Amino acid sequence: MSPASAAIRLLAAPTPPPPAAPGTPQNPGAGSTGQLPALKLPHVEYHLLLPFLILVGSALALLMVSSLIRPLWRRGLYAGWTAVTGVAAMVWTWHLWGQVVGHGPLPHPGAVTAVSGALVVDGFSLFITLTVCSALTLGALLAEHYLPRERLDGPEFYVLAMLSASGALLMGSANDLIIVFLGLEILSLPLYVLAAFHRDRVRSGEAGMKYFILGAFSSAFFLYGIALVYGATGTTSLAGTASFLSTHVLPSNGVLFAGMAFLLVGLGFKVAAVPFQWWTPDVYQGAPTPAVAFMAAVAKTAGFAALLRIFLSAFPTQAETWRPLIWVLAAVTMVVGSVLALVQGDVKRILAYSSISHAGYVLLGLQAATATGPISRNGLAGSAFYLLTYSFTVIGSFAVVTVVAGEGDRRHRVEDYRGLAAERPALALAFTILLLSQAGIPFTTGFVAKFDVISAVLAHGRAPDYILGVVAMLAAAVAVSFYLRIVLAMYQPGPADEVHGGGGATLVATRRRVRTPVSASAVIGLTVAFTVAFGIYPAPFVHLAERASLLF
Amino acid sequence: MSGFLRSYLSVVVFAAAAGLLVGGILGLSRLLQPRRPTEQKLIAYESGVDPTGDGWSQSQIRYYVFALLFVMFDVEAVFIFPWAVKVDALATFGLVEMIVFIVVLALGLVYAWRKGVLRWV
Repeated sequence: MSPASAAIRLLAAPTPPPPAAPGTPQNPGAGSTGQLPALKLPHVEYHLLLPFLILVGSALALLMVSSLIRPLWRRGLYAGWTAVTGVAAMVWTWHLWGQVVGHGPLPHPGAVTAVSGALVVDGFSLFITLTVCSALTLGALLAEHYLPRERLDGPEFYVLAMLSASGALLMGSANDLIIVFLGLEILSLPLYVLAAFHRDRVRSGEAGMKYFILGAFSSAFFLYGIALVYGATGTTSLAGTASFLSTHVLPSNGVLFAGMAFLLVGLGFKVAAVPFQWWTPDVYQGAPTPAVAFMAAVAKTAGFAALLRIFLSAFPTQAETWRPLIWVLAAVTMVVGSVLALVQGDVKRILAYSSISHAGYVLLGLQAATATGPISRNGLAGSAFYLLTYSFTVIGSFAVVTVVAGEGDRRHRVEDYRGLAAERPALALAFTILLLSQAGIPFTTGFVAKFDVISAVLAHGRAPDYILGVVAMLAAAVAVSFYLRIVLAMYQPGPADEVHGGGGATLVATRRRVRTPVSASAVIGLTVAFTVAFGIYPAPFVHLAERASLLF
Repeated sequence: MSGFLRSYLSVVVFAAAAGLLVGGILGLSRLLQPRRPTEQKLIAYESGVDPTGDGWSQSQIRYYVFALLFVMFDVEAVFIFPWAVKVDALATFGLVEMIVFIVVLALGLVYAWRKGVLRWV
């Protein structure tokens, strides 16, 4: 036997070799139906797939209707359509939540798999679906005023956003590495286009190109990781991988560990964890601001959903191997994100580095993940809760940035925020609340989320856990300073107040261009209300996250 | 070294042999060849025709759209052929899935048509 075929046999060794098909592919006509091996066709549970189907169907319908009968369509209707779609998917998801998790006391009805075990519908996947759909709704409302302002109006932005969100749903409920990859691509390809959507700005095209090239790299890493994990275990199913690893002792762990590392790298790019964060500031700075809001919330949520599910449900037996890795990634991500944000002069870049540092806090949840117990000891629930609150906060923050940037999406320097409080006190107050929530000040959701992931890490009670907790708290303390820098700029006197004479008149004219349209105000109002209300009384969503993690 | 990794040894050996062979032949030719460059000899070879213009040239962007549409239907055909071979075994389920697949692609074509992509400008 040649060495090459031996390698192939070894790759296929864990699964029994498939029976030789009697019908040869070269001669399909000769073998009648009787000779063909009976194919086991999957049973498709359409009602479980409905949130996904709603998004895809609505995107296709919007594309068709708008391209066939364009004259009937006015601005605002596209955004309304998208928002209604997002809400419809959420309503059905809530209905499924009642079936799968139940609203009453535990024990719950239990998780179900769909399409021959390719997808799993449990509390976690439904929680991620709710998060993604609310991000889609808010993002669409935000784009409603932005796109006409930048003369980019059309259905394409919304169609791409809906398709991208559908990929995120797939990643959240995948039970097979191939499905995760499929979701990753469906999520990413529209996001590349969204990043480059502002055709007149060179920076937007640059952002799209950078995101595309680095995203393609990360997809390749992820795919190679799938190949290696398949090589080591003989299956791509997450549950199958876990059961194989718990019943077999591998002669050598090298291939499996390399596969896990590649999966981590591939998803690390998507969630912008250090050292895979290089694309983030450039893409966030260049891409249209509503697209950044959507991308920051949805790509991070979906990436972490896949990361948490892969590592917790496929590799729980290898936890001793990957936990130290996550420890280092989390620590480096939090510190680098917070420190590099200090030296930025552009608000979008500051928020990009802050989003990197937030990725580190969600990684804390993965590091501490155990899927039982109250949220303060339950890293998985902590991570899920963090993703939900972060999505709302970051969309609200970028909504303010969209409004302040003005026509051309240009005014992003910190100095451009000077005098905002004097001119638009409510807007400045809203931005202050959202930034303080990102910093983790008490009575905001950001504080509850940070508190829960850090206490979940500390609950393990070993020395490295305490070190990681201290690093997290120090990074949060550093982060406060750059959030406060923006807040201070807003409450300083504006340039118009200082300059007298002829120059002042033009500056006043520039400053007065900050207008908050209804849809953007709705987004800011909703996110601020969420941040404050559930920061003071977080119990409903904490319970939701705890129930989401119980079924995992 | 585990048996799994050892079985990849032949790949390493082949890769090394390939590298040595190519490097050896090119290096040897580099050592042995006489080199008397003239300006004429250094011109880029374009099938015997004198090259004109710059190395960087713009190509028509409209070819790009057609190339995209071609790839779309090319990939569609790649999926249709294996389905057609197994159409008996896949039965109604396979037929419905293939119809859905083709309809979604057709919607893309309708959109492209309405956008004026198919018009040669």
